[in-house]
Amino acid sequence: MADVSQAPLQTADGRPLKAALAKAQARAKRRAFLLVLPLLAFVLLTFVLPILQMLQRSFYHDGFSANAPATVAWLEEHPQGSEIDETAYAALVSDLAAMQKAKTAGAAGTRINYTYPGTISIFKEAAREAAKLQPPYKAALVALDKKWEDPLLWVTFRHAASPWTTDFYMVSMDLRRSTDDGLQRAEPEMRIHLQLFVKTFGLSALITGLCLLLAFPIAHLLAILPMRKSNLLMILVLLPFWTSLLVRTSSWIALGQESGIVNDILVGIGIVADDNRIQMMYNKYGTILVMTHVLLPFMVLPLYSVMRVIPPSYARAARSLGATSWTTFRRIYLPQTLPGIAAGSLLVFILAVGYYITPALVGGADGTLISNLISFHMAKANWSQAAALAAMLLVLVLILYWLYDRLIGIDRLKLG
Amino acid sequence: MALPVYASPLERVWYYAFRVICALVFVFLIAPILIVIPLSFNVEPYFSFTEKMLALDPAGYSWRWYDTLLTFGVNAPEDAVRDGSWWAQVWAEATWIKAAKNSLWVGFWATILATVLGTTAALGLSRPEMPYRRLITAILLSPMIVPIIIIATGLFFAYSSTCLPQGNILADAFSPFLSAKGCLANTHLGIIMAHATLGIPFVIITVTATLSGFDQSLIRASASLGASPRTTFFKIIMPLILPGVISGGLFAFVTSFDEVVAVLFIAGPDQQTIPRQMWNGIREAISPAILAIATILVIVSIALLATVELLRRRSERLRGVTPQ
Amino acid sequence: MKKLLILTTALSTFAFAAQADVTVMSWGGAYGAAQTEGHLKPFTAETGIGTVMVDSDNPATPIKAMVEAGNVTVDVASVEYADAIRLCDEGVLETIDMAALPPGDDGTPAAEDFIAGAVTDCGVSTDVWATVFAYDTTKFPEGPKTAADFFDLAKFPGKRGLHKGAKAVLEFALMADGVAPADVYTVLGTPEGVDRAFAKLDTIKKDVVWWEAGSQAPQLLADGEVAMTSAYNGRIFNAAIAEGKPFQIVWDAQIYENEMYVVPKGAPNKDQAMQFIAYATSTKGLRQQAQHISYGPSRHSSLKEPLIFQDGKTEMGPHMPTAPANMANALGSDFQFWVDHDAELNDRFNAWLAAN
Repeated sequence: MADVSQAPLQTADGRPLKAALAKAQARAKRRAFLLVLPLLAFVLLTFVLPILQMLQRSFYHDGFSANAPATVAWLEEHPQGSEIDETAYAALVSDLAAMQKAKTAGAAGTRINYTYPGTISIFKEAAREAAKLQPPYKAALVALDKKWEDPLLWVTFRHAASPWTTDFYMVSMDLRRSTDDGLQRAEPEMRIHLQLFVKTFGLSALITGLCLLLAFPIAHLLAILPMRKSNLLMILVLLPFWTSLLVRTSSWIALGQESGIVNDILVGIGIVADDNRIQMMYNKYGTILVMTHVLLPFMVLPLYSVMRVIPPSYARAARSLGATSWTTFRRIYLPQTLPGIAAGSLLVFILAVGYYITPALVGGADGTLISNLISFHMAKANWSQAAALAAMLLVLVLILYWLYDRLIGIDRLKLG
Repeated sequence: MALPVYASPLERVWYYAFRVICALVFVFLIAPILIVIPLSFNVEPYFSFTEKMLALDPAGYSWRWYDTLLTFGVNAPEDAVRDGSWWAQVWAEATWIKAAKNSLWVGFWATILATVLGTTAALGLSRPEMPYRRLITAILLSPMIVPIIIIATGLFFAYSSTCLPQGNILADAFSPFLSAKGCLANTHLGIIMAHATLGIPFVIITVTATLSGFDQSLIRASASLGASPRTTFFKIIMPLILPGVISGGLFAFVTSFDEVVAVLFIAGPDQQTIPRQMWNGIREAISPAILAIATILVIVSIALLATVELLRRRSERLRGVTPQ
Repeated sequence: MKKLLILTTALSTFAFAAQADVTVMSWGGAYGAAQTEGHLKPFTAETGIGTVMVDSDNPATPIKAMVEAGNVTVDVASVEYADAIRLCDEGVLETIDMAALPPGDDGTPAAEDFIAGAVTDCGVSTDVWATVFAYDTTKFPEGPKTAADFFDLAKFPGKRGLHKGAKAVLEFALMADGVAPADVYTVLGTPEGVDRAFAKLDTIKKDVVWWEAGSQAPQLLADGEVAMTSAYNGRIFNAAIAEGKPFQIVWDAQIYENEMYVVPKGAPNKDQAMQFIAYATSTKGLRQQAQHISYGPSRHSSLKEPLIFQDGKTEMGPHMPTAPANMANALGSDFQFWVDHDAELNDRFNAWLAAN
């Protein structure tokens, strides 16, 4: 037997076993991969590439650089810190006159207005007058509006002179350029993005907490009931899951508006006065209420699947050793449900952070989230700003998704 | 779980309190869905129960909002005789019927696309030899996680910027499916592709779940008995994973049937779906007509849920998985 | 497999609507219906060219996005006067040839028949409308009379409906704060004036329900969600006259302006779109619309005979923004101001709205 063990093992047709196995393994790998390939290609094409293409827009805007060639050329010749002299203003006025002809003053002004709010009106006005302006141009422009001699305006031009820019991320963090080319916070009345991110995360956390609070008892009940009964009750959890989101949102509007059923009942039993009905739709309470309802099944299902396999004997053992029911719950049961809590909470939180439809329909003014702002910028054709906000939201969601995959494993996601 | 005999009085109270709390949560879950059904029969244009309705007086109920669904958008007098030609006109012109046609058309093809691609991929992903399984699974499931607004925004740019110029052979071949300028924007095909992408994660999840209980030795047994891989697939694998495939397909269909954000961004006036019309209705003037369509959708979802539940039980029985 | 095939065939027999020839984007609700009845349907009947109506909260917003994305699906859009000028300046619209517009039915050339300013480089006016405020007479028998009353929560308790946007809201706030119509845009042109308008809005901010689509305003009032609301005057007229709702318009501090038909650049059916506009803004076209909603037609020849509402008895004259009785304290919207300041003031407005 010794000589056999020294020679490499061979297959029946005389090839080394190791190589044959490797080959078979490679073939099996290839086959498995080929099965996945069509879908992977499809998803890359209809999902990954469009998103990457959109992200590119968050770094690109040629509204100013393409329409103010003379000013851009002047800025390239004169480094940061040069005095903004009459030649600069002459270049600017020639650009403005050209913009008026080509109808591009709006495009250029819009680009500058993003990073220096309150300047689009001076662009439009100056473009209308540009052809009539006489040298000295600086004085002529300043006579139209004092902002034209603001050094900050020229700092802004310098950053808009290249179409590639990170300015939109700056704006997304409510930062502005300062006169010395540093960064400063935006004026208090113009800050909107950061607080909306904070609000989105705050509301999502609150909704996640509410879902957990509501889901925990029913998941527990479903887990301890006999299978026949729990299957029946499970349908009550799954039906909302299968019902159109728009149906659920519209029925909440019917229920929750001031003349709706909930208020009618509250007035009827005398909790609320008829002229002081509770406003729970078209504000942030509407968003919280409806999103909690919509996302609740996503919390119940993972909790249930964990709770169902917790052996009841542990709790009984704890009780028999003298623990009170509260201690048993806190020290024995709760720790065992943690994986379910983590899975459900992360899932609900991830879904809540990116929610759009419900806040758009019932959120009113103070119940809208970051997705709604992205859609707002899209509607206003502020592509780059929408893309920058989308990129920030995407990064945050992907971090949470990675966390979910690390902690729970994305392949363990179950539906019903 | 019955109340144990050693329970203290406080625990007895808690035992019942717990059940009351659970009942309240179930009411919270289900009441908003069921409440639309009676409300949709309100004879008045309000969202509340009228006194007649509460008294169960038939005069308080009517089919008028369902009638609105049929007649809205039809260019015919209100008192027109409802003969064959009237129905033909409704079938061709009614806004909600048009929307239903679009929804079913898009939903059907998106489901087919998602189910075929998703099932094939799930078969590959569940093979032990699959390379980079974790990463690829994460990519394929991400359409479920990435906020829909980001997907819709990306598709909006992609569909309106990548076009096949006229004269191109591909453009000619695909011209019935593309817009006049040769783009995917404002086409049924564009929405079908978007909805398929959104439905794929559900197909993968359900089919993978079915495959996880799949006994791989059945394939070897089949092969040793002389079956070709083709025969093995259609006679052995397919019947066993079919319930999972159908459930996944239904999930994909429901995803498409309920999707509004992508439609808002990439659809044109000719691709308005039911959710898109509901969106309009809710934002503009929310009338009980919305509740009528909502009622119909609730009934559809009850039917779909029942199908999926039956399939799941059948699948468990087939695979010998008995519920604990 | 065979079943699948049958299902496929069954599905493919679904007849999809043929590509409509002219897609018109308007404001939905009663106004969209008036345009459908007064312009789209008769145009199709007369020319055989199909039309389809698409709703939007404000068509100026989507058409700009469409043109910039190179994905235009709309042939004609109904936009506010300032937006027609602004979008024209920004190169978003096709130019319109005044000579192609038909003369009035009395033979007056189009250039003289239209009221002053009603035809611009890129747009033709369809009507004059106003932003007003309205209340439910069953709630306030002794109703509000002035813009200041709208902001008086003590005297007239209850929620307020306001349009979610800077335009018309800021002017209204300033007039309620005592600024005379003639001075409104001078004041609003200064940073202090803008602060003053927002300070006035702050006094009712927590009681405001914001609407976006024009049809939401009468709906909010009808549902009792608000006690009074700003609205487009025609929407309130239709709810009150056609549907019998107990709504009363307050004309104090009304803000009126022209509504324009425009053609976005790259419209798929540009020629038919121009044909449609010529038809819709003819003497007859304007009259047909004005019989469905209380907005004043923009041709002199359309006003020669008194206009009667579609119910056959209500005279439209006193319900139009331009009726002398309604003009006592009225503001003509300054398009140049909004062409220049639209972006800035809406940025500020949105930041203000988001702040708690």
